[in-house]
Amino acid sequence: MVKQRTDSDDQGPSDTRASRRRFIQWLAAAGAVIAPLPWVSFAEKERPAGSSPTTPSPQDGAQTTPRRQWVMVIDLRKCDGCLSIDTPPQCTEACIREHFVPEGQQWLQIYEQQTPGGGSFFQPTPCYQCENAPCVNVCPVGATYHNEDGIVLIDHLRCIGCRFCMAACPYQRRFFNWGDPNLPPEAAFASYSPEYPVPAKRGTVIKCMFCVHRLRLGRLPACSEGCPMRAIYMGDLNEDVATNGLEVVQLSTFLAENNAYRYKEELGTQPRVYYIPGHGQEFGRKAQDERDLLPVTWDYGLPHSAGHQP
Amino acid sequence: MAATAERERLEDTVLQPIRRPSRAHDAILVLLGLVALWGLFAWSVQLRRGLIVTGMRDVVIWGLYITNFVFFIGISHAGTLISAILRVTQAGWRTSVTRMAEVITAVALMVGAIQIVFDLGRPDRLLNVFIYGRFQSPLIWDVFAVTTYLTGSMIYLYLPLIPDLALLRDRLAGIAPRWQQAMYRILAAGWTGTESQQRFLHRAINIMMILIIPIAVSVHTVVSWVFAMTLRPGWNSTAFGPYFVVGAIFSGTAAIITAMVIFRRLFHLEEWVTVKQFRYLGYLMLGLTLIYAYFTLGEYLTVWYKLPGEEKHLLELLFIGDRAPLFWFFVLGGLVAPALLVALPWTRTISGIVAASILVNIAMWLKRFIIVVPTLQVPLMPFDFGRYSPTWVEWSVTVGSFGWFLFLYALFARFFPLISIWEVVEEQEKRAPVLVPALASRGAEGDGGRGSPVAAGVLRVSGGEE
Repeated sequence: MVKQRTDSDDQGPSDTRASRRRFIQWLAAAGAVIAPLPWVSFAEKERPAGSSPTTPSPQDGAQTTPRRQWVMVIDLRKCDGCLSIDTPPQCTEACIREHFVPEGQQWLQIYEQQTPGGGSFFQPTPCYQCENAPCVNVCPVGATYHNEDGIVLIDHLRCIGCRFCMAACPYQRRFFNWGDPNLPPEAAFASYSPEYPVPAKRGTVIKCMFCVHRLRLGRLPACSEGCPMRAIYMGDLNEDVATNGLEVVQLSTFLAENNAYRYKEELGTQPRVYYIPGHGQEFGRKAQDERDLLPVTWDYGLPHSAGHQP
Repeated sequence: MAATAERERLEDTVLQPIRRPSRAHDAILVLLGLVALWGLFAWSVQLRRGLIVTGMRDVVIWGLYITNFVFFIGISHAGTLISAILRVTQAGWRTSVTRMAEVITAVALMVGAIQIVFDLGRPDRLLNVFIYGRFQSPLIWDVFAVTTYLTGSMIYLYLPLIPDLALLRDRLAGIAPRWQQAMYRILAAGWTGTESQQRFLHRAINIMMILIIPIAVSVHTVVSWVFAMTLRPGWNSTAFGPYFVVGAIFSGTAAIITAMVIFRRLFHLEEWVTVKQFRYLGYLMLGLTLIYAYFTLGEYLTVWYKLPGEEKHLLELLFIGDRAPLFWFFVLGGLVAPALLVALPWTRTISGIVAASILVNIAMWLKRFIIVVPTLQVPLMPFDFGRYSPTWVEWSVTVGSFGWFLFLYALFARFFPLISIWEVVEEQEKRAPVLVPALASRGAEGDGGRGSPVAAGVLRVSGGEE
């Protein structure tokens, strides 16, 4: 025992020197590998000051307003694709007018879904503002992010246009400004913010953002207000309430009693849009109705509500 | 003394294109340069008018640029395979083709990485990747992996080049233009072939060859993860990492075989790049064909058996739909035909193997296209299949990219030896030590400045020998 220890003691110094040298070499190598890391943050970047609450609130008490968890509920029993009034979908057109949506894009688009037993129903599809949003996860520069109310926004001054978010979105709810959007002159007067991305910027991704700028003022989104059937409810999970402008409902009961579902829920994206199953029956549409939607027009036109831009 | 004669012949042949560059070489450089510039011109049109000039739209959001990205990063694995893996396994026959493979790696990585910039909607904001980069994004993993690989492969190309650079410095002294001599002098970093220099060089190469393998694997793995981290049909696969890595090495092998046959002919390297190199690489390619076929079968069979939702549309598109010609060309022309060409003894000739490699090159580009595009064509909402046909701008940028690739390669060949002279000599020594009696004795320093081990001798030949 003793002898062994002496032996090792004898070798001690040279051993230590060798291993220290090796350790320093190792450290240098590790340092070289780790050095570039500070370039990259591991958390979502803080938003530049003023980019989230860019839209001034009318009330001074805006700061004390409790945080919202915005959700949209679309009552498909009421959506007949605007066939009964013989117009293109009014929600989509209201959205286009509200945001000067570039031609070809429908941030809120109505799709005709087939039902298993034959027949079809109309499904208005905004951005689903997923809680576990694949688009937010993959963005390389943090240009798309959740705001404090759970809405997915895009910073068009940061977006590099790689379109990875579009590849990641399982709902195809994102659009790209491939060229310079052809917008009416009024669009140029809007002051851009991620909450009101007008005018659209070339080379960046754009989408529905639940009309945050309106919600902030206590107004319903443009699509909800524009829907003649009042099929689109806006709600707050925190306060458990939703409204379509005509009636106010208790959100949880409303969803439960009407068998609400979320689209492609099995993907685990936790979308914030609920559908109440139906095929427009409240306005007399039959599931077997074979009429198609009328084509949407990008006419930023005349019935333009004057004071929509805050 | 046969060895000495052989060595001199090797040096003369390999240095010939550098010492007395042919008109043809310069003409080819100009031609390739023009093609490359045409690509840049097309890109300038795109910069001016936006991505609207491409065939990409909101459904098919990625196209040729991403295809090229995956393809070039893929063939960059040529260098790693030949040089690192074969070096680790001490396959002696590799020595005459390592350099050609390493150049492919370095050049393909440069051309591949720039494809992402071509694809960006806002290339002016490229620096945001470094300013605001989020490590959670697979695209940032790509940035890390590709830049690390590029740095590593540059070092790995440079290290074994040092003794050859010293040779160039000595042999071209007074012959080459002054700037060129200065370049060799600086790059040779004072190499004289002393024992300690040799020891350091070998150690450095050994470290790099081990380091470069995991880096190369990581690169193509994270390239695949850009796709596999999404919920798209055909991309949403756990096997994508290894599938892409195998595909990369597969296409890399094909690329090196193609490069070998070109430079063998142009630079008269028949003596060193022999049927042996073609055959052995052909065997490797055959093995990789089978592995890649296995992965392909696994990817598609597991989906086809179940036909879940959107995957059904993808398979419809690939097997019988719009993209079926490309898919079946890939299967028959990229897997079956090359495998047969190499496997059957009567086609296992240089031309047979080269034909197989060219087929694989084409098929693997198409394979990348049918990985990227058809998946995006599949509608995720109830609408029709997306459409995509590339525009002249995209084709021009693509052709221009291949132009850049060949231009940079030919430019390298204009100034640097495409065969690692000292490694070939070292290998010859190993094979026939009896022919080099000087090898045993370290004392023969006075032998006309020729060091004892022949390898070292080659490295320190002075210009006076000419």
